[in-house]
Amino acid sequence: ALETLDNGKPYSISYLVDLDMVVKCLRYYAGWSDKFHGKTIPLDGDFFCYTRHEPVGVCGQIIPWNFPLLMQAWKLGPALATGNVVVMKVAEQTPLSALYVANLIKEAGFPPGVVNIIPGYGPTAGAAISSHMEVDKVAFTGSTEVGHLIQKAAAESNLKRVTLELGGKSPNIIMSDADMDWAVDQAHFALFFNQGQCCCAGSRTYVQEDVYHEFVERSVEKAKSRVVGNPFDFKTEQGPQVDEEQFKKILGYISTGKREGAKLLCGGNPAADRGYFIQPTVFGDVQDSMTIAREEIFGPVMQILKFKTIEEVIERANDSKYGLAAAVFTKDLDKANYVSQGLRAGTVWINCYDVFGAQAPFGGYKASGNGRELGEYGLEAYVEVKN
Amino acid sequence: QIFINNEWYDSVSGKKFAVFNPANEEKICDVEEGDKADVDKAVKAARKAFELGSPWRTMDASERGRLLNKLADLVERDRLILATMETIDGGKLFSTAYLMDLGACIKTLRYYAGWADKNHGRTVPMDGNFFTFTRHEPVGVCGQIIPWNFPLVMFIWKIAPALCCGNTVVVKPAEQTPLSALYMGSLIKEAGFPPGVVNIVPGFGPTAGAAISHHMDVDKVSFTGSTEVGKLIKEAAGKSNLKRVTLELGGKSPNIVFADADLDSAVEIAHIGLFHHQGQCCIAGSRIFVEEPIYDEFVRRSIERAKKYTLGNPLLPTVQQGPQIDKEQFKKILELIDSGKKEGAKLECGGGPWGDKGYFIQPTVFSNVADDMRIAKEEIFGPVQQIMKFKTIDEVIERANNTTYGLAAAVFTKDIDKALTFAAALQAGTVWVNCYSAISAQCPFGGFKMSGNGREM
Repeated sequence: ALETLDNGKPYSISYLVDLDMVVKCLRYYAGWSDKFHGKTIPLDGDFFCYTRHEPVGVCGQIIPWNFPLLMQAWKLGPALATGNVVVMKVAEQTPLSALYVANLIKEAGFPPGVVNIIPGYGPTAGAAISSHMEVDKVAFTGSTEVGHLIQKAAAESNLKRVTLELGGKSPNIIMSDADMDWAVDQAHFALFFNQGQCCCAGSRTYVQEDVYHEFVERSVEKAKSRVVGNPFDFKTEQGPQVDEEQFKKILGYISTGKREGAKLLCGGNPAADRGYFIQPTVFGDVQDSMTIAREEIFGPVMQILKFKTIEEVIERANDSKYGLAAAVFTKDLDKANYVSQGLRAGTVWINCYDVFGAQAPFGGYKASGNGRELGEYGLEAYVEVKN
Repeated sequence: QIFINNEWYDSVSGKKFAVFNPANEEKICDVEEGDKADVDKAVKAARKAFELGSPWRTMDASERGRLLNKLADLVERDRLILATMETIDGGKLFSTAYLMDLGACIKTLRYYAGWADKNHGRTVPMDGNFFTFTRHEPVGVCGQIIPWNFPLVMFIWKIAPALCCGNTVVVKPAEQTPLSALYMGSLIKEAGFPPGVVNIVPGFGPTAGAAISHHMDVDKVSFTGSTEVGKLIKEAAGKSNLKRVTLELGGKSPNIVFADADLDSAVEIAHIGLFHHQGQCCIAGSRIFVEEPIYDEFVRRSIERAKKYTLGNPLLPTVQQGPQIDKEQFKKILELIDSGKKEGAKLECGGGPWGDKGYFIQPTVFSNVADDMRIAKEEIFGPVQQIMKFKTIDEVIERANNTTYGLAAAVFTKDIDKALTFAAALQAGTVWVNCYSAISAQCPFGGFKMSGNGREM
């Protein structure tokens, strides 16, 4: 309930999806605590050589507002499993659930000082962490813009280790042999989930020529039927955007889209008089060079683009400074393998989207970030290898 | 009763066998005696539960972990009952059963619960235009035959990794100590494991055990027990369907104490290393090699330590040593003690039975033991400590390794170089430095040579 109140996501989703994943993530990392093995190494010479995986130390963790509780779990899980201590700055838009968890941390029995949580703003509290001389590592999830600042601060202060989970403009490629119903359904979910506020949102939907028109028509129909409303109402599928800044920014992108010549097929306006609600919006005939095709909107605005060949779409999909995720929908095994190898993205989904598990590593290529979270890979950033 | 498909059954033959309390030789109860027909039923149930598309096969790996954690919760809840059962059925000291055995059971279950969704295969950059990846699939129906010295711990050591990886099992607990395993059947059902995933068939080795090791539809057999029976199991596997075999067998583990060791600590740890659970441990440090300069003092202190024992009913908190498990073991140990006396070892204390009821043997210490004596070569599995003298490092390495066993070993020294030399030189699955019996769910355990094949934990 806290999550829905603070962030705006539908209650049914907070409860069934976010919280479910939080519990699973914590249990997953609980299991790794005593299993992250160092190695004994057969070195040349008469030496006994082995590695220890020691905790990095004091970890600053700066988390975003789109999945407040889940992002907290993703950060705490691996850090605590490997024996680190944490100073966490929660997003100023959504500090409540993380602060509630702080109480639970005390109740669970973690020693004092192991987890510390500070609500505050980026330029003040966040910057204090990234430039702190006694913080051994900083982990940040948020915008690419701020990611640059964090990495700079780390370099300028004490060369603290940095991992970043940033933005994306993830391509979702629909081949003509895809299961049409399923592809429309998933592409809709890929973009509109969480009010479009996902770093890995499938915000460039590339549809192969032959099936383009049908796909667009069905997508518009689906977007039109999306229920926007009070997130505590079980019928609601889409809640408000998180704040005024985002709200204005998204409406700005919609304007730009229209101005630059994309075809507005539905939505495009605020959805209510109060609250930061935006109508599910679909643009067709989008070109790669348009702003809405290049910049991360982080709202319920879908871009549909047309393509002819597989080689062309791979090139266009990769033509982005981002590289967080991608997907391909096809029934052909060879196409699936070919495309998934060709895409420069940290996660490639085949005939599905937004499939996550605590077991599977997640992270970006290029300006979408450094390092991976979740899975065994997620532990690496939180240990220092001593030989 | 026999536990198959989460239900309880009488034996097909109708036969039962009695289970006894070794502290007073009284019967505790009768248990259904499983034989080949019951094993067949159990294997069928396990095979069905393993079918492609079954609830167990299609369950998320993390969910298997959750079930194992739930089982750990239930063991924690019923810790008192289970510890009492171990004591009455196995002659184990209650405080040890409650604190150590049950503690280990819970930790092992939770450890393997954690591994369930972390058993990674790999993607492999093969030559050629191929997408290659490995899957770590469950072996299938696993027969698991467990001993009587740590009944519940051995049960958990077997089922935890097996279930963690998605297998189904048919467990045959020892005929001397079937009770705690059977109680686990009810907890397994309560935790929510699908029927047929765990099946428990109490019975005897030559009947039920052999039925498992010979079975054409069992994919793997795992056995902990004597080397003698281990050989039979491996032979049976070879004769039948080449089922995978892992064995945890006996040992005659050397414990090497150098003059530069902390003497107090070495004496105490060597003592516990032998006498724990009446000497009935596969890892018992049953050949203590002491460096000449401190030999006499070490023997003196060890005798003093061995004399400080109160024997009696293991349920009582004042008792420090319980009975041996049964008459067969009791006789065997006394026979070996006699051989020690006859072959010329110096009996320093103990050397005979204790009490007029129950299978109690006095804590016994032999000094001046020579390597070729029976008590220095054969596994006694009782409260009988052998102390030998040595001069040089090379000599003791050779003598320590001069055995068909290779389960564990230890070295006591403050010198880093000596410690590392022994860590490398000793042919044993586990080498302890300045400690003994340090075992934990995170560490692999198993034997070199005839102490076994494979590693557990």
